[in-house]
Amino acid sequence: MRAVDAVMECLKAEGVEVVFGLPGGANIPTYDALYDAGIRHVLVRHEAGGGHAAEGYAKATGRVGVSLGTSGPGATNLITPIVDAMMDSVPVVFITGQVRTELLGTDGFQEADVMGMTMPGVKHSIMITHPTEIPRALHEAFYLARTGRPGPVVVDIPTDLSRVDIPYEPVTDVRLPGYQPNTEGNTKQIRQAAKALAAARRPVIYAGGGVVNANASEELRALVRADRFPCTCTLMGLGAFPAPDPQWLGMLGMHGTRAANYAMDEADLICCVGARFDDRITGKLSEFAPRAKFIHIDIDPAEISKNIPAHIPIVGDCKSVLAKLVEEYRALDADSGRLDEWNGRIEEWKTRYPLRYDDSEGTEIKPQRLIQAVYEATGGDAIITSDVGQHQMWTAQYYDFPEPRRWINSGGLGTMGFGLPAAMGAAIGCPDKTVVCISGDGSIQMNAQELATCAQEGIPVKVVISNNGYLGMVRQWQELFWDRRYSQVDLGQFPDFVKLAEAYGCHGVRLTDKTTLVDDLKAAFAVPGPVVVDARVTAEENVYPMIAPGAAARDMVG
Amino acid sequence: MTGRKHVLSILVENKPGVLTRIAGLFARRGFNIDTLTVGPTDDDQISRVTLTVDGALHPIDQVTKQLHKLINVLKIRDLEPADTVARELALFKVAADGTARAEVLQICEIFRGKVVDVGKRSIIIEITGTTDKVAAFERMVRPFGLIEMMRTGEIAIARGRQET
Repeated sequence: MRAVDAVMECLKAEGVEVVFGLPGGANIPTYDALYDAGIRHVLVRHEAGGGHAAEGYAKATGRVGVSLGTSGPGATNLITPIVDAMMDSVPVVFITGQVRTELLGTDGFQEADVMGMTMPGVKHSIMITHPTEIPRALHEAFYLARTGRPGPVVVDIPTDLSRVDIPYEPVTDVRLPGYQPNTEGNTKQIRQAAKALAAARRPVIYAGGGVVNANASEELRALVRADRFPCTCTLMGLGAFPAPDPQWLGMLGMHGTRAANYAMDEADLICCVGARFDDRITGKLSEFAPRAKFIHIDIDPAEISKNIPAHIPIVGDCKSVLAKLVEEYRALDADSGRLDEWNGRIEEWKTRYPLRYDDSEGTEIKPQRLIQAVYEATGGDAIITSDVGQHQMWTAQYYDFPEPRRWINSGGLGTMGFGLPAAMGAAIGCPDKTVVCISGDGSIQMNAQELATCAQEGIPVKVVISNNGYLGMVRQWQELFWDRRYSQVDLGQFPDFVKLAEAYGCHGVRLTDKTTLVDDLKAAFAVPGPVVVDARVTAEENVYPMIAPGAAARDMVG
Repeated sequence: MTGRKHVLSILVENKPGVLTRIAGLFARRGFNIDTLTVGPTDDDQISRVTLTVDGALHPIDQVTKQLHKLINVLKIRDLEPADTVARELALFKVAADGTARAEVLQICEIFRGKVVDVGKRSIIIEITGTTDKVAAFERMVRPFGLIEMMRTGEIAIARGRQET
């Protein structure tokens, strides 16, 4: 069969049900094979949309997403989703077309050095040099994307090679001698960690996206409940621990709660699970959790002691390590009373410093209120994607995620334009769920063309735009740190998002009144198909509380 | 962080782009590679990269961990200088006419160098040895007029039966 038909066989063997992409000269053979392969293809309007859609699909379902692009500009448009997937450890296989082998290196039409350009931002990449390599390369790509620390894998296929006939045999084994992720975790270290937890008087569990990736939410809950440990999650980890729980501290970090950040500041032991001490968490590194010892559980050995030296390092899969840790901890029969004082102190912080905003006057919609209204309108039972900016932080703060894989956003790279396509992917992966993309007027315009994809494919994404007429987060920083010199952040509430939605064949509605907000949102969400809600919100509202960049947790403002 | 020079001996799959991945990793982290040599091993599927970096400037752990993440990297050893035999090859083109020539040849002999080309006004000498020896030779011949010099960077192998 043709090599491209073998590509389809590989995708089917990997259980791929949908691919997101855009055809071009160099990948016409792939699209020819797709024509009757029986795999759903979603035709996006920009390759970046396809890449982010594959990410959204992967994050919502836990399966590997697939994104296709042609050579040159098709492939360069994929670089943002590739790096985004790398930063957030999302399993996606990117298949790019490449110019004919005889043109390689000649600056041929639509040629770009995809391998060279993507190398620093991939988990792995494979350039096909002979058509018979294709089946093995693809299976390796899927295996690498989903195992160990998940991530993006690029397979670049020169167009001439993709048309050659090759003998196809299913690949059942993957031989990668240089790749042996350690999943089990060292028993001695796990025992040591259990002992440290049993001895700690002011412990905090700090969980991240690794818990979601490892489907280890149950095990995390079990650990927290093993002894009423306080638990906080990173932006990526939200939902891994249920927000409406007495042991929940809220998110930590730059826009985390005071309770979470103060607890980290005063902790004597921090058990970090599947998180990586990002600068948005630690603030000033030298003043981060100055009294604490650290247990660090991560599947990626390179994360251990990268930013913070770990006293007890455990390399392994969060799910199996946590399960063993809970078992070891229970066997110790620790004195639970030792945590009373600590939990009491945390409770005091929670009561004294709740998340708050002033909503007392007028009918104008406060952006925080908008998020709470989305929660109420969906009953909390939705998949929420977001773009990047103030609305993202407000969503993280005010939407109480009850479960993992309900919160999909671009955490590491902070990619504006992520939210809408990610919502498309999530909606296709989870058709029985309401999928809401919470965006900003700045972010949505970075991939608004995907509304056309939603309309054509009948993807019932509900987009809620928190429209303040600004690039809000930059405006906030300019206000706080740049003497209110609002340089180039005024978007003037353009375009008319209702008309834009209608132009793309979607339903559009504008909301301006807080008193009817929940009902209006319910009504909008009840409209079948893709809907855009243009919610006009208070223009100069800030995200608080906040740790200024490079400051210490105890110096939170707001 | 350790203050010594590190000799990393890295076994890699012989696949396109591997060297770029390795070099790129160092560049991204702002590490300066002192020397880098690549060559085949007894297995034609596998190549060996020998790379020296100054550990006084950077923590080496993070970079070796990151190197391990590269799928085509099979094995990394951070070789202890005391347990390692390291050599480099250098070619020196030295201005040498008249009386200078005799002196240069004498120095060459002391360093157990090999004369590989003689011209009317210059000679080319091949030196193999430790980096220090090559540097010492350079110091000796530089006053005569060093026209050109080429150094390969180190290759290194662990002493004894243990595998590098």
